[in-house]
Amino acid sequence: MDFEAIIDNLPLYLEGLWVTIQLVVLALVSGFGLAVPLALLAVSKNSFLSFPAKTYIYFFRGTPLLVQMFLLYHGLAQFEAVRESVLWIVFKEAYWCAVTAFALNTAAYTAEILRGAIEQTPFGETEAAQACGMSKFTMYRRIILPGSFRRALPAYGNEVIFMLHGSALAGVITIVDLFGAAKIVNARYFVPFESFITAGFFYLCCTFIIVWFFKWVEKHWYAHLRPRTS
Amino acid sequence: MKKLITVALLALLTLGTSVSAKEWNKIRVGVEGAYPPFSWVESDGTLKGFDIEIAMALCKEIGAECVLVPQDWDGIIPALLARKYDAIIASMSITEERKKKVAFSDKYYNSPAKFARKKGSGITISKAGLKGKTVGVQRATIHENFVVGQFGDSVNIKRYGTQDEAYLDAVAGRVDLLLADSIAMEDGFLKTDKGKGWEFVGPGYSDPKYFGDGAGIAVRKNNGDLVELFNKAIKAIRANGVYKSINNKYFAFDIY
Repeated sequence: MDFEAIIDNLPLYLEGLWVTIQLVVLALVSGFGLAVPLALLAVSKNSFLSFPAKTYIYFFRGTPLLVQMFLLYHGLAQFEAVRESVLWIVFKEAYWCAVTAFALNTAAYTAEILRGAIEQTPFGETEAAQACGMSKFTMYRRIILPGSFRRALPAYGNEVIFMLHGSALAGVITIVDLFGAAKIVNARYFVPFESFITAGFFYLCCTFIIVWFFKWVEKHWYAHLRPRTS
Repeated sequence: MKKLITVALLALLTLGTSVSAKEWNKIRVGVEGAYPPFSWVESDGTLKGFDIEIAMALCKEIGAECVLVPQDWDGIIPALLARKYDAIIASMSITEERKKKVAFSDKYYNSPAKFARKKGSGITISKAGLKGKTVGVQRATIHENFVVGQFGDSVNIKRYGTQDEAYLDAVAGRVDLLLADSIAMEDGFLKTDKGKGWEFVGPGYSDPKYFGDGAGIAVRKNNGDLVELFNKAIKAIRANGVYKSINNKYFAFDIY
């Protein structure tokens, strides 16, 4: 075992870690923003609204993230029209290709999680809301969505961890994220075990923080479900 | 590392005589397959190229059966050390850094590295000229080391798993310059349809500090006998015209 190369390259790993965190946070925030309207469209009884949303979810859940990223990165670059358009400012950069692919992907999974949670809303809650004379909008804002977020929390925590791990794919399209850094170190010093176990360690630390964060949120959001002490 | 060496030595001792006396009647050769014209994969899945034909010719000269094992460049040395094959014939330059891990035969060809730019971009090769530009190189190559060492503080470096991916991004306009082996880039890119908008710029680089002594065949350090066999075989195919006939199929001049 030879960890000297790893220690010499710690700054590279830390830069990679920072890129990974940026990618994941940007993807999760924009993905969640996209997922809420998508989920609302998907539960609609009007099939003109639900069909496009369901198709979107079906496509992004039905194809591998790597394929989606390659479509955006290599696929779009093939077309002259794309390269000449304003879109190219975004898709020229590997970084934004990765963020876009991750965001679109996690949006689909999150929307599906939320859709399930919305549809599981106990009938009594909506009935009571209607009885109070709430409008549909108020009912969603005050009753259905908060309850759904609560129900979706454990599944969403899983999705966040999957996104973190999926972000390693960014290393494939020239981005020096945590995995990209490990690949550079491996390639330069021929120490595959040491270089990848180090990346694995950093991913593990991130996962730990995510798990801890969701535990903390659960404690607050599920306070009313705990048996009373005292 | 020390422990590993001890273990390796112990293993060697126990295998001892059988290893040193091993008859090489079958040699597994690691090749890349994404580095035209030296190696590429045909649409039917077969491997083609200069490296491939040289490998076959050398095995024939040695009197051994050649088993080609395609392997991504990134992991080509670790896989050799992990005994997935016995030799690497993949345009690998003989450098000091790699000699720490593997043993090399004599060179079997040598060609300088060159930059290429988009025609009409007017980029010049100097620290000032490269400032803020993006250079595409293949990861874990002498070309990456050279750019990092010589221009690392002024250019952005994009590293690719294969040379082909670097060409793709050059066409897409994601890199301003490429640095690669001049022959590989000329035949694999500039002379092809997709590379017609690109041209060489600047001198050919062959500083031994970065580029070593040409491309050699890498084997595990405990296979000294295999180095001898390959060296003899290289001399033999140089002398008997086999090298020349392979060379002429791919190149207009002798690349040895």
